[in-house]
Amino acid sequence: MLAAVVSLTALGASLGLMLGVAARKLRVEGNPLAAELEAMMPGSQCGQCGFPGCAGAANALAEGSAPVTLCPPGGRDLAVALAAKLGIEADLSGVKDSGPLVAEVQEDICIGCTRCYKVCPTDAIMGAAKHIHAVFREACTACGKCVEACPTEATRLVPVPVTLQSWYWPKPGSNPVSTALAA
Amino acid sequence: MNEYLLLLLSTALVNNVVLVKFLGLCPFMGVSKKMDSALGMGMATTFVLTLATAASWMLEHWLLAPLGIEYLRILAFILVIAAVVQFTEMAIRKASPSLYQVLGIYLPLITTNCAVLGLALLNVQEKHAFVESLLYGFGSALGFTLVMVLFAGLRERLALAQVPATMNGAPAGFILAGLLSLAFMGFAGLANH
Repeated sequence: MLAAVVSLTALGASLGLMLGVAARKLRVEGNPLAAELEAMMPGSQCGQCGFPGCAGAANALAEGSAPVTLCPPGGRDLAVALAAKLGIEADLSGVKDSGPLVAEVQEDICIGCTRCYKVCPTDAIMGAAKHIHAVFREACTACGKCVEACPTEATRLVPVPVTLQSWYWPKPGSNPVSTALAA
Repeated sequence: MNEYLLLLLSTALVNNVVLVKFLGLCPFMGVSKKMDSALGMGMATTFVLTLATAASWMLEHWLLAPLGIEYLRILAFILVIAAVVQFTEMAIRKASPSLYQVLGIYLPLITTNCAVLGLALLNVQEKHAFVESLLYGFGSALGFTLVMVLFAGLRERLALAQVPATMNGAPAGFILAGLLSLAFMGFAGLANH
């Protein structure tokens, strides 16, 4: 009994130690810039940029082979942040920023086919076969995959609805009315 | 020397680990869609299998048998195999990032490849000496790699063939595996000569 416990513990501990040493010795030095860029991205791996997931996009950004405006769910804010991080000028002319969006299922035409539910990278759509689906707004990154998957065009991207909890005072200058008055 | 060659040939062809003993069928069906990844998987499994049979022989003869705790054999072997697989994963990641990406989830799954544990246990059962167990593991791994590459080649061709819709994909793959297994039964004739 004692021999079994002690020997297996010793075996496990020595193997763990060996693996720890090996992990130090064989560590792969990734690009630290790419890791930082990846942390800034939405992380939903939606693939709209054409790269295999956010890690691939971050690598391309770090190499300078992709524009900072590559991420549609990130929008203008992410492009500005990425440009600041990389120390380059962002060309924002091609970016259409409609403000934060969120997916919505139009319940009168949803047929409950579960296709949107299967493609959602953040599990933001709840539903079951032949039941109307619904979107968890907190989890949705507005990547638009569900819009493409829907056979009845029941899913669409809408601006985040303003509620008492999500409304905030607009920044001075960002409001077109106040800038027009100041001018 | 002759005896060792015979053992190698017998484990690789006559008693092939996949098609005769039916061990390690998960990567056999899972990673055999492309020739490159099948070859990579075969190489990785060869490395793990050879190291694991050697390590489990040492474990059995230097630790388990002297202490009389052979009933912990499966547990101890799995521990060693998992460690070897982890080590292989790190080494591959360092040596060849592209192979690391191709193998993906199947690399850590070598741990649960029953061929690895099965061969370590068979070695104990057949009371092999150290060199014999090493060759037994290595020969079986060679057989595994051979079958993986053969099967991947067949499936690559099958992907271009016209297969009835109900049989397309996995069903045709299973029938193909059966036919390949039948073909390998022919090697049993080698044993008589």
